[in-house]
Amino acid sequence: MFPKWFDKWNANNPTNIFGPAIAVGIAGSAVFVAAMIVAWGQPFPTDSQQTGPRGTGMSVAEFVSDLEAGDPAIEDFVTSEPIVPTAGSALAIDTLEGVPDSLSNVTVENYERLLEAMRSWTGIEDLLEPGNDSYQTEVAWSMIEMTQNINQNWAAHVQANAEVGVTCYTCHRGQPVPNNVWFRVGPVNNNAAGWPAIQNRVTMTSNFTSLPSTYLEHFLLQGEDGFYGVAQVHDLASRVENLEGDPLIQQAEMTYAWMNYIANSLGVNCVFCHNSRAFYDPTQVTPQWSTASLGIIMVQEQLEQYILPLEEVLPAERLGPIYADVPKLACRTCHQGEQQPLNGLNVIANWPELAVLDDAPDYSAFE
Amino acid sequence: MAYFEYQNIFTQVQVQGEPEMGMEQTGENILGGERTRKAGFSTLLGWFGNAQLGPIYLGWAGVVSLATGLLWFNIVGFNMLSQVDWSIPEFIRQLFWLALEPPGPEHGLSMPPLNDGGWYIISSFFLLVSVMSWWLRTYLLAAQHKMGKHIAWAFLAAIWLFLVLGLFRPILMGSWSEAVPYGIFPHLDWTTAFSIRYGNLYYNPFHALSIVFLYGSVLLFAMHAATILAVSRYGGDRELEQIADRGTASERAGLFWRWTMGFNATMEGIHRWAWWFAVLTPITGGIGILLTGTVVDNWFIWAQEHNFAPDYLGAYGYEAYGTYGDFGGVQGAGE
Repeated sequence: MFPKWFDKWNANNPTNIFGPAIAVGIAGSAVFVAAMIVAWGQPFPTDSQQTGPRGTGMSVAEFVSDLEAGDPAIEDFVTSEPIVPTAGSALAIDTLEGVPDSLSNVTVENYERLLEAMRSWTGIEDLLEPGNDSYQTEVAWSMIEMTQNINQNWAAHVQANAEVGVTCYTCHRGQPVPNNVWFRVGPVNNNAAGWPAIQNRVTMTSNFTSLPSTYLEHFLLQGEDGFYGVAQVHDLASRVENLEGDPLIQQAEMTYAWMNYIANSLGVNCVFCHNSRAFYDPTQVTPQWSTASLGIIMVQEQLEQYILPLEEVLPAERLGPIYADVPKLACRTCHQGEQQPLNGLNVIANWPELAVLDDAPDYSAFE
Repeated sequence: MAYFEYQNIFTQVQVQGEPEMGMEQTGENILGGERTRKAGFSTLLGWFGNAQLGPIYLGWAGVVSLATGLLWFNIVGFNMLSQVDWSIPEFIRQLFWLALEPPGPEHGLSMPPLNDGGWYIISSFFLLVSVMSWWLRTYLLAAQHKMGKHIAWAFLAAIWLFLVLGLFRPILMGSWSEAVPYGIFPHLDWTTAFSIRYGNLYYNPFHALSIVFLYGSVLLFAMHAATILAVSRYGGDRELEQIADRGTASERAGLFWRWTMGFNATMEGIHRWAWWFAVLTPITGGIGILLTGTVVDNWFIWAQEHNFAPDYLGAYGYEAYGTYGDFGGVQGAGE
């Protein structure tokens, strides 16, 4: 195949080519991969959102592919423009049966429109059907009031940056029981008591960490003393006398579990709200910190006023596996891994009926 | 042969034959003391170092150390097993999450119930005995060999940090709940929580010093190893001879570093550099932990008071912050 002089030269000059071949192969492959990354770009490109002063590492990173994919649940959101009432419009409560009190100002056309949407949002086909005395009717009355309460009284959270609001769909996403509800689970360890008993287990609630699994009830439900657990981590002076009730490592871990839940629920990291060099410092937190803090109080109020009372309404199969407690909401129930639920889709725009708790719906935007 | 076939981490030539059992223990000769009677060879070990495995000297301190260490290990393991209700599959599945935790803060320095930290106290006692007897063993073995005690003192530096974490600091804080849990992930949780609780441990200057010595140790180790390998062709790997009688290997190694950075260690001194860097890592770290919560309660504020943590200058630059509308949000949201 090769000329004679070539074979002869090779026979006279034997060389072990395997050693160099490995080195050349490894180095060559590395150069090839590096050249491809430079020429074609990073195969898994990321983007980041700056959340703090430049140069301090304060940013939230996401894969570009995730950003472009968006939230698939947006497509399934059913909405329709309201029918502006005229002077002669009849109110639903006067003509139809089973109209919830908090929708007493809604006209027949808009009530039926809302009913159709709510049935799609919750996946309950006979929702609020006249004569339906299922527990779902009572739950629906309460949940509609909760939605109105959030939209009317908690705009500082649900419309912090722009009009977004909430509807049934924000949590339900077409399912009768929303994803990402939570139940009380602790203690989680057998044959242990106290602090060792409530942590160090893989649970859904602990987000698969070994941190405490009881942080949601600790911070979102009133304790026996009538107070909520307070997120306390640091001393606020460099040198202080340690007093009764000062935070300890245990409070820090409990808070860490809670903050980790919030971060996972929103698909963000610590520095979305905090400057990690001084987590506590109110002069270094980001604008989102205030929105999140309001959200915590909002959740506490909704649980207390609308969710916990349903414990006597729901049938046994809807209650929690350990304490038979009512399924509860928190950040993840609405946010479902996004900074704003449904990527900040304005869900309330077409639903003035759900935007107010006390007053008549405001249709002025559609006149 | 190409260079990478000849010089790499594997020893390609290994000698296996009659095991080398050391000197007989007769009369005056106490070198080595009592040893196990058997020794064997491992080809696998021979690739990385000496192929001979054994004999081993345990001594009374070693026996005490192994026995108490095993007790600690078993108490921790059986507590974990008990926490998953004695289910072996769950034990394996949850192994990295499980822990033997110290008692809750309500128990202070008293003896808590067994299932709320009592076993932790008992097992910690055995661990203390185990670690201290192992230290004693390194000391006695060095004495037997008429060696310096450098290894024992270096080990004691690591033990200092261990004692600060599990004994000295909890006593100063007045509660065993300050101790570190025995568990894979739980001890990492503790570490993070400890840092955050005391206002960010990165602003603790002793933590900073400890990191300097830790990374410095790594750097010195790499520099020294590389230097000796580079001059081994001139006999530089025979460091003891080079210390006593400096040859061309030491000259070249020294010149290399002097011409690189103006300064060179000596063939003897480089080992003191390495020893002190290694030893100062846990010593400074232990000081930093001991001061935390006992003397200083918030390291970030402490650092600001001592002009160690800078304030940001001027505006926060809010206008440069990203908006959700540009980052996955539906257009218009967050603007």
